[in-house]
Amino acid sequence: MTTKQVYPCHKISEGVCAGEVLFSKDDMMFYLCDPVTGKVIEENHCLNGQSVSEKILVFPSGKGSSVVQTDGLYQLVKQNNAPKAVIVEHPDTVLVSTCIILGIPMVDQVDEAFYQCVKNGESVRLNTEAGTIEVISVSHV
Amino acid sequence: MYLTDEQKRMLDGEYGEGTALAMRVQVGIGEAFGAERMLPITRAHVALSNQDADVWFAEKLAGLGAKCRIAPTTNPGFDVEYFNEHVDLKPVDMEQMNRTLMAYQKLGAILNFSCTPYLYDNIPRQNEICAFSESSATPYMNAIYGAKSNRESALSALCAGITGVVPEYGLLLDENRKGEILVEVEADLTNDFDYQLLGYAVPKKIGHKIPVFSNLPQMISPEAIMYLCAELNTAGAVPMFHILGVTPEAKTLEEAFGKRDYEIIKITNEDLQEVHEKISERAGKIDFVLLGCPHVTLDQVIKIAHMVEGEKLKSELWINTSAHTKDVVKRMGLLEVIEAAGGHVVKDTCIDQPIWHHLEGKLGATESPKCSYYAKRRQLNFVIRPFEQCIQGALKGEIQ
Repeated sequence: MTTKQVYPCHKISEGVCAGEVLFSKDDMMFYLCDPVTGKVIEENHCLNGQSVSEKILVFPSGKGSSVVQTDGLYQLVKQNNAPKAVIVEHPDTVLVSTCIILGIPMVDQVDEAFYQCVKNGESVRLNTEAGTIEVISVSHV
Repeated sequence: MYLTDEQKRMLDGEYGEGTALAMRVQVGIGEAFGAERMLPITRAHVALSNQDADVWFAEKLAGLGAKCRIAPTTNPGFDVEYFNEHVDLKPVDMEQMNRTLMAYQKLGAILNFSCTPYLYDNIPRQNEICAFSESSATPYMNAIYGAKSNRESALSALCAGITGVVPEYGLLLDENRKGEILVEVEADLTNDFDYQLLGYAVPKKIGHKIPVFSNLPQMISPEAIMYLCAELNTAGAVPMFHILGVTPEAKTLEEAFGKRDYEIIKITNEDLQEVHEKISERAGKIDFVLLGCPHVTLDQVIKIAHMVEGEKLKSELWINTSAHTKDVVKRMGLLEVIEAAGGHVVKDTCIDQPIWHHLEGKLGATESPKCSYYAKRRQLNFVIRPFEQCIQGALKGEIQ
C-alpha cells in the first residue's frame, strides 16, 4: 500500500499521539479495568482479558455512573495503563469531562472508512488540532 | 463557540487558575457537543464520591483558588465521627473523607451530603437551567420538576458550579426533551417498591431513547419516583423521561412526543418478576439490613420507627438518610426508638464507601437494586425486598 491513509475526525480533548489501535464493539466502563495490568475485567465484554494500556482505543460510547467512570480512568492513568487516546462514536458528558481533565486525547465523528479499513494492531498517529488520524504502519498478522 | 466578555475573562485566568481550568472544561464539553453559547445556571449538584479521582480533582481546583459562583449541593461520603465510634474504621479512609470535606468546604460547596437534594435542599422551578450529577437526581430535575439539566458528571457539575455556566446542548434544548418511545405499563404497581423493578426493567428494552410512561396512576409518591429515577440510571442511562398526564411536559401524547414518530413497548408483571428474580439473592437468614440508596426519606424512617418500637432487632440495621431527616426524627423522639431496638440511623453516608468491611461476605437485605449492584464490589450480597419486609426480616433475622 503506497497511498497515505488519513481520516478526518473531530476534536473533543486535545493532544497528539501515536500508538496501536484496539477496537471494542462494546461500550467501555473503565472502572471495570484492572489498573495494575490495564486489562478489562468485565464479564461478557468483548475485550475481557485484553489490556487497554497505551492503546488508541476505539469504542462506541462510555457507560456507567457519573462517578465510577472517572475514578476508573484516573486509576489507570496513575498506573500508566490508560489508553493513549480514545476514539468514540457517541460522546457522553461523563467521558468527555473525564478525558479533558485527565488530558487524554479524545475524538469523535471519524470517517466511516476508518472503521472499515483500519484493523486491530495497526499503528496510527492522532492529531486532534489537525483533526486527523493517519495510519503509519500496517501490522503483519 | 461564543463566549461573553466575562466568560472570556474566566477562561483567560483573570479570576485565577482554578476558575480558568473549570472554564476550559466547560468550553471543551461545549465544543464536543457543538454548543453555540453558555447559559447561566441557577443550581448544581455534585455527585461527590470521596473516591481518589474525586479528592484529586476537588483538591486541585481548591488549590488553584477556585470558588463556586453557584454553590452546589453535594452527595454523601460517610459520617466519620459515627463510623469511627461504631465500626473498625481505617485511619487512611478517615483521612480521605476529611480531605474530601476540606476540599469541598474550600470550594464553597453546600455540604448537605445527600443524594436526594431534590427533596430537601435544592428544589428548582420549571425551566430553571441546572447542572445536576447523580443518577436519581438528574432525571428527577428534568422529568418531575421540568427543570433542565444534562446528565452531568461529578466533574462537569463542579465546573458548572465554579463558572456558573453550562454549554447549551442536549437536554437544555426543548427539541431534545421530547419522548422517543412509549412504555405502556401493564404491570400492577402495587407499592413503591415495584417502581424499583420498573426502573430496572426498562433500560434494556429502550436503549438510549427517552421513554414516555403511560398507564401510571395520577398520584405517585416521591419515594416511588425516586426509585424509578435511581434504577433507570443503574440499569441504564436515562436522564429524561415523561409520565403521561403526570409530569409537566407530558400533559398529552402530542405534548410528550411533539411531532416525533415513536415505538410502543409494554411492561408486564412478568417483566418485573423476571428482573426481581435475576437481581435478588434467595431468601433466608440475613446478617444485616442496609437501606438508603438513595437516602431513606423522612416518611420511611417514621414508618420504620413504628415497626421496631419496643422490639429487639436480630440482624444489624443500617438506615442511611439525610442530616435533616436524622435531626427531625431525633426531635420526634423516634431516633431513640430505633436505637433502642438496635438500629443505626446514619446521616451523610453512602452505601458505596469503605466503611462496611464488617459486612463483607455476609448476606443482607436491601430495598434497593442500586445498592445491591454497587455494593457487590465490596463483597456485600443482598436479598432485595420492599423496605417494610427488610425491617420484618431484621426483626426475625430471616427474610421471606
